Amino acid sequence: MTLKLADDSQSPDVRRIAVVTAGLSEPSSTRLLADLLGEATKAALLEGARDAEIEVVELRPLAHAITDALLTGFPTGDLAAAVESVASADAVIAVTPVFSASFSGLFKMFFDVLEPGTLDGMPVLVAATAGSARHSLVLDHALRPLFSYLHAVVVPTAVFAASEDWGANGVAGDLRTRVDRAAGELADLVVRRPALHRVDPFGDVPDFASMLGS
Amino acid sequence: MEFGIFTVGDVTADPTTGRTVTEHERIKNTVTIAKKAEEVGLDVVAVGQHHNPPFVASAPTTTMAYIGAQTERIKLSTSTTLITTTDPVRIAEDYATLQHLLDARMDLMLGRGNTGPVYPWFGKDIRDGIPLAIENYALLRRLWREENVDWEGKFRTPLQGFTSTPRPLDGEPPFVWHGSIRSPEIAEQAAFYGDGFFSNHIFWPASHTARMVQFYRQRFEHYGHGKAEDAIVGLGGQVYMARRSQDAISEFRPYFDNAPVYGHGPSLEEFSRETPLTVGTPQQVVERTLSFREYAGNYQRQLFLVDHAGLPLATVLNQLDLLGEVVSELRKHDAEAAA
Repeated sequence: MTLKLADDSQSPDVRRIAVVTAGLSEPSSTRLLADLLGEATKAALLEGARDAEIEVVELRPLAHAITDALLTGFPTGDLAAAVESVASADAVIAVTPVFSASFSGLFKMFFDVLEPGTLDGMPVLVAATAGSARHSLVLDHALRPLFSYLHAVVVPTAVFAASEDWGANGVAGDLRTRVDRAAGELADLVVRRPALHRVDPFGDVPDFASMLGS
Repeated sequence: MEFGIFTVGDVTADPTTGRTVTEHERIKNTVTIAKKAEEVGLDVVAVGQHHNPPFVASAPTTTMAYIGAQTERIKLSTSTTLITTTDPVRIAEDYATLQHLLDARMDLMLGRGNTGPVYPWFGKDIRDGIPLAIENYALLRRLWREENVDWEGKFRTPLQGFTSTPRPLDGEPPFVWHGSIRSPEIAEQAAFYGDGFFSNHIFWPASHTARMVQFYRQRFEHYGHGKAEDAIVGLGGQVYMARRSQDAISEFRPYFDNAPVYGHGPSLEEFSRETPLTVGTPQQVVERTLSFREYAGNYQRQLFLVDHAGLPLATVLNQLDLLGEVVSELRKHDAEAAA
């Protein structure tokens, strides 16, 4: 997939942030963390005089469609819309529960059905939740390599929330600090990066004479 | 407008009985199905080429010649001939021989094949799929059009003063389609040469097929072969019919649910919505097929898949009776449109 600079006329001051969340329970702490990160990123962008639209992609209701897409090779319905939302976003916030020492299978399957190149150069903030802080290296041992492979630009601060971070009186101070720092880093990347849009893949087909000659 | 059937030659267990036909039965059934296709008035029957189980169709020209000897009118074609892993010299020879034997009642559709392990068995690499298709076809064209070919490329032994025999019948090489599910490069190749472009159509949503066909048409005109709307387009289709649509659905569901490629995934209803699969009455198939033109324009060849996923021979033959009715309806529409 080729990226090119968008036309300046395309509302340059509104950025779209896709928030992908793979929590399974209702409500889930994964979704709570995703919402915190989305709001904090929006606030950080507003400080830089950029408005932001937050689009939340909940993977749980897409679970069947994601399996179908793995088998058929193409996403349909709500999943197609979710894929498009991520592909056309200016940044992605990706949040997963920790399952068996890694991201959840559902989380990985969603990124498996994206076309190669979808996240090329995409600013990404990674975050995870678990019952215990002992899982926190999943961010650096599983999530960062995944998004590096996908050629995304992952912000330096990744956010981990364990059960103890959700205090009786709301979000504990340390977690709030990490959320704000990570959101600020993501907003900086988004502001510095011109809005992107994807080129029609049919526009990239080389002229036949050059294919013959290669 | 030509109507016909295409097969991949899969040997799949019938999920309703657990029975798997033998290779011998499957090969013979392919011949019976082709003869029936002629009997019900279809124009084309296309056979596959695969070199791995569960497929039996490794030698398409042998099967085509055998069918051709037992039929009078129906055109034999392929779905597809592997241009990547088959030596273009052998394609030139085999299909020119077939052209003579069948008095030109044949053409062929080139495809790349998407099974990675097959390529190294023939000394090739799937990552070279597109370059192989381009170089091999460029050579194939020369072999059919020139005598004493001097040639050197990346993928096969050089040729010095080589003449492919037999020469094409009356000096006219067989017509070539280029088939693809999702590679615009293949549509570009078909457009460059002014050959036919066949969109598999049946595994992907219509929106994708529409873009591929539109791209091919634009490039066909760009290369000076005629107007975009006159480009030579073929489409796949997939149907299962009964007199009552609820019977068609209940009869086909176990085959759909266990089919190679898409089985165990989306429901029959979802897949019917997203792809051209039509399970219902002959009239529903007529209407759905006519709707393809809304996004693909007028096109020249419509092939239906009717014999896969373990469907027993008797069922396939019954489907062909119904398909004969469908095609005669579709021809009436064409005649009215032309009048």
